[in-house]
Amino acid sequence: MSARDSILGKIRASMGSPASNDDRRRTVADRLGSAPAGIIPERAKLAEAERIELFCAMAEQFGATLARVGSYGEVAGEVSGYLRDRNLPATIRIGADKRLKAAGWETEKNLELRHGPSDGSDMTGVSHATAGIAETGTVAMMSGQDNPTTINFLPEHHIVVIKAGDIKGDMESVWAMVREKQGKGEMPRALNLITGPSRSGDIEQTILLGAHGPRALHVIVVD
Amino acid sequence: MELTANKFKANASKALVDAQLQKALGNVEKGFIGKRQKAADALPEFDALRDNARDIKNHTLAHLDLYLEEYERKVTAAGGHVHWAQTAEDARRIVLDICRKANARTVTKGKSMITEEIALNDHLEANGIEPVETDLGEYIIQLRGEHPSHIIAPAVHLNKEQVEGDFRRVHTHLASERDLSEPVSLLSEAREVLRQRYFAADVGITGANFLIAETGSSVIVTNEGNGDLTQTLGKVHVVVASIEKIVPTLEDTSQILRVLARSATGQDMSVYTTFSTGPKREEDPDGPDEYHVVLLDNGRSAMLGTEYQDMLRCIRCGACMNHCPVYHAVGGHAYGSVYPGPMGAVLTPSLNGIDETGQLPNASTFCGRCEAVCPMRIPLPKMMRHWREREFERNLTPAVARYGLKAWAFFAKRPKLYRFAASLGMPLLSLFGGTSRRFHALPLAGGWTRYRDLPAPEGRTFQQAWAQREALKQEAGH
Amino acid sequence: MTSSETKSVRQPRVGLFATCLVDLFRPSVGFASVKLLQDAGCEVHVPVAQTCCGQPAYNTGDRADTREIAEQVIEAFEEFDFIVAPSGSCASMLRKHYPCLFEGDTAWEERAKAFSAKCHELISFLTDVMMVRDTGAALNARITYHDSCSGLRELNISEQPRKLLGNVSGLEIKEMTDSHVCCGFGGTFCVKYSEISNAIVTKKVGNIDASGADMLLAGDLGCLMNMAGKLKRQGSDVEVRHVAEVLAGMTSQAPIAGSGK
Repeated sequence: MSARDSILGKIRASMGSPASNDDRRRTVADRLGSAPAGIIPERAKLAEAERIELFCAMAEQFGATLARVGSYGEVAGEVSGYLRDRNLPATIRIGADKRLKAAGWETEKNLELRHGPSDGSDMTGVSHATAGIAETGTVAMMSGQDNPTTINFLPEHHIVVIKAGDIKGDMESVWAMVREKQGKGEMPRALNLITGPSRSGDIEQTILLGAHGPRALHVIVVD
Repeated sequence: MELTANKFKANASKALVDAQLQKALGNVEKGFIGKRQKAADALPEFDALRDNARDIKNHTLAHLDLYLEEYERKVTAAGGHVHWAQTAEDARRIVLDICRKANARTVTKGKSMITEEIALNDHLEANGIEPVETDLGEYIIQLRGEHPSHIIAPAVHLNKEQVEGDFRRVHTHLASERDLSEPVSLLSEAREVLRQRYFAADVGITGANFLIAETGSSVIVTNEGNGDLTQTLGKVHVVVASIEKIVPTLEDTSQILRVLARSATGQDMSVYTTFSTGPKREEDPDGPDEYHVVLLDNGRSAMLGTEYQDMLRCIRCGACMNHCPVYHAVGGHAYGSVYPGPMGAVLTPSLNGIDETGQLPNASTFCGRCEAVCPMRIPLPKMMRHWREREFERNLTPAVARYGLKAWAFFAKRPKLYRFAASLGMPLLSLFGGTSRRFHALPLAGGWTRYRDLPAPEGRTFQQAWAQREALKQEAGH
Repeated sequence: MTSSETKSVRQPRVGLFATCLVDLFRPSVGFASVKLLQDAGCEVHVPVAQTCCGQPAYNTGDRADTREIAEQVIEAFEEFDFIVAPSGSCASMLRKHYPCLFEGDTAWEERAKAFSAKCHELISFLTDVMMVRDTGAALNARITYHDSCSGLRELNISEQPRKLLGNVSGLEIKEMTDSHVCCGFGGTFCVKYSEISNAIVTKKVGNIDASGADMLLAGDLGCLMNMAGKLKRQGSDVEVRHVAEVLAGMTSQAPIAGSGK
């Protein structure tokens, strides 16, 4: 007997004689199909303006910095300003996301854009979030050419651009978006929920930012 | 690791006089308890979410075979491979085979208790493959040749001076006059050293906090980002996870995520919650070429349908040990097993047998704080008691305790005899207590009087005094 | 049954389960319990066929002996309207754990459940069932209260003793740090793992001392003897008493430990 059959057999044997396997299969198919939502915290249930406010407040509470701009055309200026304020080199790593293409880079003559995944040599990466979660100030990132996963983790500074309208109240609303994009039951190769910059408390329980991932997370909300 | 669970008492004795350890253990209470309470208080739905999380896992365990089949189907459809391992040995062999096929010389590892359980690092090393732990705490203890003393804070038993010593000993390529006096400089150094290792590694191995049947995704929940680098930069990503990590849907995962980080570190969300589904796709610029999941049983299926089934709801948040007075006193290594603290006291006997681990479920005051904070509402004291019952049935309870108990039970079951013996014994004991009304030492009570006085009894027993009072009242009434 | 109903019909008949530690070591707590119950309007009985609730056997894994003891306790006490014990852990044993002992034995399980539903810890019985707000006691003391684990976590006893103590005239409550953390007693734990128990009670005694109180109260004699023993060994003057003694205004008996100076 294969290990698989043996393990599954032991699991079935432990149940004694379950009522009916057809019933159990139906129960499982129903749950997988309907994906019931469970308890959604009240604090996530807000109208759009308050939801965006909560998202910004939570993201800052968990160590991100925040900027709000009026349009995609202002993103490049905000990025340049961020780099200048921190004395960072005027070079960013960026994927192929179309929304980022229209971010007004042409106005920032000194800014160098490197395209494609990060190779670990980048000081700053810029990516576009699929969605935001106001409940916890979290950004949701999907892998792919548009926003390579390595940009989320290798640069010292990670700048995430998010459209205000993509900020949802809760995680469950993000799953609805993902299902719309990918199809029910399908996921991108990697989906990263990111809440604040990388950190560790492994030495004497002292919380320090910038463990292995970015030392800083800067979120730009585009209204 | 070598199982020394039944040397718990000796291990604990050493721990209690280890000044370094005692200093570090102060950080457990300082670091975790208040933060968890604050996070729980800030979410009015927290307790309702705990109930729901418990129900989700109970539902999953009742349909585990079917969810595992669906999970496997989805992983395969996404281009991943599922390997089933009945034992730790099977899992080690499977992982080694994958590494060998990838011609791996070094593998990076995200923090995972399951690879501790199967002693994967030793096996890889013995076969010429270097495992590199990348979680800061795991990295530190790997340098020291130790095992985690806590399931989410593996190096919580250490102080920064000890870490500095280890870094100076191992990172000999760095300037000796560098300043490593602060945790932040230690963190930076580990970051620099490990960065190179991610790129050099052929295989990245992680555990999983959840396996999602609906999508075939594995989920890791971390703060440092090392797990993500491990699973993104290696050519091959191997997930090692036990069968009870399954949850049905993304929504179910979200429910449990809401209680996980709050219970563990007091965060609303950990920094990185990553859902991985299969290997790199055609249009992907990054990610692993191969994606493997090793599904480990190692005794779990035998817990189903028994009084220990509830333990399979455990999500490894560490709240039970963070709140355990015994853990606070002796730390995680004293338990002499992979999983310390209350959850370990229940799980370890299931994995290793009660004969070799009987000390662990006994080493509890049953204060119940573990159960009170468990996000999955696992009745840990009750299950520890069940292990004591198994032990008692099998005559594994130490003879002194057994006979002492039997002698006591003999009287407890015979009220008349009990009253008689007590009416003789207590006045005597009271008399011997003298004017100080206490005992500094008493035969057969050494465990008590070594550390504290025994308050002397008042004299007559309550029942004697009560009977006398009632008799006087009756007389007065006549 | 509300207290007004019981008073108009008849006094509730209460069986006092004194607990073995009170019986052997601290009869004063038994008499204090009787007084508190009688003052609250109960008719109090002390059945002679009582020894211990069975916890030592239960927590050592000796289910057979535990069950025999439980049967004996149920038989001796089930005739009463209420069964009250001046101990959170014994009351919890009677109330929460007895039914588990008879799982699968339908007749006994029902009987145990009916019995358990009538079992209460003394202080919470006074406040929650008899609706006592003030016991009329007076004591000039600064006390600190330790929450014993079983009472706190299995029976939710926390506010009840503090409310009654708050109404004792002249008494001031000085909360200690971590009053809800275990004292390290744990029944047989304190002798089986005496070194660890000592580490835990040492921490507890430090918190008691730091509270600035001159009297320590708790609702469980096991915990009290453990803390009293440690305080005494360390030469502390903190006076140690069961909460019932203070609430009943019966503090003439020498304390379990300490002089209160």
